Amino acid sequence: MSAITAEHENDDHHHDHGPEKGFLRWIVTTNHKDIGTLYLFFALAMFFVGGTMALIIRAELFEPGMQFVTPQFFNSMTTMHALVMVFGAVMPAFVGFANWLIPMMIGAPDMALPRMNNMSFWMLVAGVLLLASTLFMEGGAPASGWTLYPPLVLQTGAALPFAIFSVHLLGISSIMGAINIIATIFNMRAPKMTLMKMPLFVWTWLITAFLLIAIMPVFAGAVTMLLTDRFFDTSFFDAAGGGDPVLYQHIFWFFGHPEVYVMILPTFGIASTIIPVFARKALFGYSSMVYATAAIAFLSFIVWAHHMFTVGMPMSGELYFMYATMLIAIPTGVKIFNWTATMWRGSMTFETPMLFSIAFVVLFTLGGFTGLMMALAPVDFQYHDTYFIVAHFHYTLVPASIFILMAGGYFWLPKWTGNMYDERLAKLHFWLSAVSVNILFFPQHFLGLAGMPRRIPDYAVQFSDWNMVSSVGAFIFGFSQLMFVYIVVKTIKGGTGEKVTDEVWEGAAKHSLEWTLPSPVPYHTFATPPEKIPSEHF
Amino acid sequence: MKTKQLFAGLFLMALSLGTAQADYTLNLMEGVTSISRDVYGLHMLVLWVCVFIGVGVFGVMFYSIYFHRKSRGYKAANFHESTKVEIIWTVIPTVILILLVIPATRVMIEMDDVADSEMTIKVTGWQWKWEYEYLDTGIHFFSSLDEASNKARQLNSGIDPRTVANYLLEVDKPLVVPVNTKIRFLFTAADVIHSWWVPDLGWKKDAIPGFVNDAWTSVEKAGTYRGQCTELCGKDHGFMPIVVIAMEKPDYEKWVVEQKGLAVENASAAVKEWTKEDLVAKGEKVYANNCASCHMPDGAGLAGTFPAITASAVVTGDISAQVDLMLNGKGMMPAFGQMLDPVDFAAVSTFIRNGLGNSVGDAIQPSAVKALQAAVPEVVYDDDE
Repeated sequence: MSAITAEHENDDHHHDHGPEKGFLRWIVTTNHKDIGTLYLFFALAMFFVGGTMALIIRAELFEPGMQFVTPQFFNSMTTMHALVMVFGAVMPAFVGFANWLIPMMIGAPDMALPRMNNMSFWMLVAGVLLLASTLFMEGGAPASGWTLYPPLVLQTGAALPFAIFSVHLLGISSIMGAINIIATIFNMRAPKMTLMKMPLFVWTWLITAFLLIAIMPVFAGAVTMLLTDRFFDTSFFDAAGGGDPVLYQHIFWFFGHPEVYVMILPTFGIASTIIPVFARKALFGYSSMVYATAAIAFLSFIVWAHHMFTVGMPMSGELYFMYATMLIAIPTGVKIFNWTATMWRGSMTFETPMLFSIAFVVLFTLGGFTGLMMALAPVDFQYHDTYFIVAHFHYTLVPASIFILMAGGYFWLPKWTGNMYDERLAKLHFWLSAVSVNILFFPQHFLGLAGMPRRIPDYAVQFSDWNMVSSVGAFIFGFSQLMFVYIVVKTIKGGTGEKVTDEVWEGAAKHSLEWTLPSPVPYHTFATPPEKIPSEHF
Repeated sequence: MKTKQLFAGLFLMALSLGTAQADYTLNLMEGVTSISRDVYGLHMLVLWVCVFIGVGVFGVMFYSIYFHRKSRGYKAANFHESTKVEIIWTVIPTVILILLVIPATRVMIEMDDVADSEMTIKVTGWQWKWEYEYLDTGIHFFSSLDEASNKARQLNSGIDPRTVANYLLEVDKPLVVPVNTKIRFLFTAADVIHSWWVPDLGWKKDAIPGFVNDAWTSVEKAGTYRGQCTELCGKDHGFMPIVVIAMEKPDYEKWVVEQKGLAVENASAAVKEWTKEDLVAKGEKVYANNCASCHMPDGAGLAGTFPAITASAVVTGDISAQVDLMLNGKGMMPAFGQMLDPVDFAAVSTFIRNGLGNSVGDAIQPSAVKALQAAVPEVVYDDDE
């Protein structure tokens, strides 16, 4: 420990230039910490934009009958809610954490390609603004669901080409970010930081970055084919011209299934980082965690058609995709067992990051169970496109990805700002979130099983009660998240006034390099690579 | 303290999962076919497997959370790897999966077998209604949301949906099938992708324009079974329900005879000369069922998306241009040439010229429409089965 502390005093000699003064700092910055902050704040803003759309949906569904919006606008809301949450909130938030943490975790001074880093952020902003602008266009925003299936999506009004170009921009931004992360991890690790000594968050992002490079061009290709079908008389997806609408679905889900793992693998990484710290024990089965992550990533490329069991594939296809999908349960199970074994005979404390992480393990497992149920193709003929699947994927996204993003926020905020957040308020935020998220999504299982299709603006009266419960949960959950903003802002402005130690959390420096740096972290860190690296897991 | 709350929360969740078993309405329905019961059995099997695993994993986790905590003075152990347990918890789930896959494969094979079916019904999805064709008897009709639901579901209609019988799950003309008969369904669509789902039959199948999918059922109990479109198909996706009435075979035979009589009546109605007043009166109903959801009940349209009928240049102009547009469709406007019979088509064509604030004064006869419809080529589907 003391050797490490001595070393970063050494850093101060190189600490000769700070950030650009004034507002321009946030426009031209190439500093990984500034760009990380930009990504995180942008993601948080989009989380509230997407959340507002979700509340419009839940308000309309509070009661049977149409009270607030037209069916067309309702469809725009479900579509835009998904696109904004996926591409504007969850993915950028994880890129924000990657920017902040990967260099500090591997002992690098910055990302490998800092200027590209800046460009990928601003391209993301451009892409999301372009997407948001479609809300004000003639014919409204895209209303075909975030999957943009033809032929329906081709009925979109003036918004269609803008939405497509927005996807292109978001894709370029993601690919640039992914290249940057891979280049950083492969080239800038401290000398003793071998691949199998990297923190799991770095590992999961490395694998995620490869997924992104593989899939974003596929999605860009698919939407470009939509563009030419609409404007240049091609017939990729039009049977009348020899094309096939189902072809689009195959291409889309070849992108779409790995895409959902882009949102969950870094989640696994942060959970694997937080749980050992508060269990005061090394992560159980480090290498099996790495292999399981790689296995999940590989499997994600060969299971796509389980999203489309009902399109009328030949039976051999249905069986293959059923078997392949079920295999995913094995590496995912290994991860859940490893987290449990990490807690087992630990010396646990339950600060807010740990609470969110435990809730993640439990509620993600519920989402995994319903995933296993849907893997069985004949049963999926009942579940498909009902609220059962809405419940499933929200369990794997909200109390999983979103909860872990919150956990990561509370976990690293003291390190980043040097100030402690208000633990009492944070715990209140956790309990409100954890309870309301279940009020929100658990009843949707019942609705789906009882026969309520998804993406409908109005429903038969027997679905009234659980929809009402779900909507109440949605509003409690949505407004609870304002607490997070309050707590973050308060922490940045000085927090509880208590000065945090370099380690912040007891024993954290044993787990990962960033806790060996001073709190708050200086603008430039690891100008010279650290000589000693934490060796918890060997 | 906090752990107790966590426990309480999880206990409540477990309890609600428990009621999912006890209370039938919260769970998947067993349905009325052998397939739907097989599917239900699989669903319960995998649900119990998940409950079993969940109790095990969460049990260990919460034991640990309760006992292995710093506040109880528990000192952390120092283990962090064991190849043996990693192998155990890889192999056991694999065995469980294999046990699940065997019955699932059996059901899948059974579902896929449409051979030896006794009759065939072709289902075509339209924005936003279903078309049914009984290929063996030639019975053919469209089925759309019933008028009461359609009125109540308009934005701020002022009608409480709870007062509408089978709100959003009632149609003007249900699909009628005989019980204990293996029926093959063929699915296709005219515009965008739809999906035909009646939960009691145990499956759903996508209806895809330009392609034909098949599935089969054999309903074991007479009754009325309701479902909905389950593939997002545009603004009125939530408003194209499915109603299947399964009848005992003699009742079904009677229904078939009735339908054939109706077809003859319709054919003679199509050749007789109609007065303008009769056409307008009939056209008003046709308009409400087919046109009002886009062009609005008062014909005002929706700015930017759906043109107004009132004072429309097309509707107040040359009648043959208007009829041509209705026959062949344009952009989002479906081709009604195949959707409406000659009487309904002539009636609604005449109604919009002489109602909704228009007063052109002319009319078109069903016989003239019939001739025009015959000139429109049938859509040819590519059957890849």
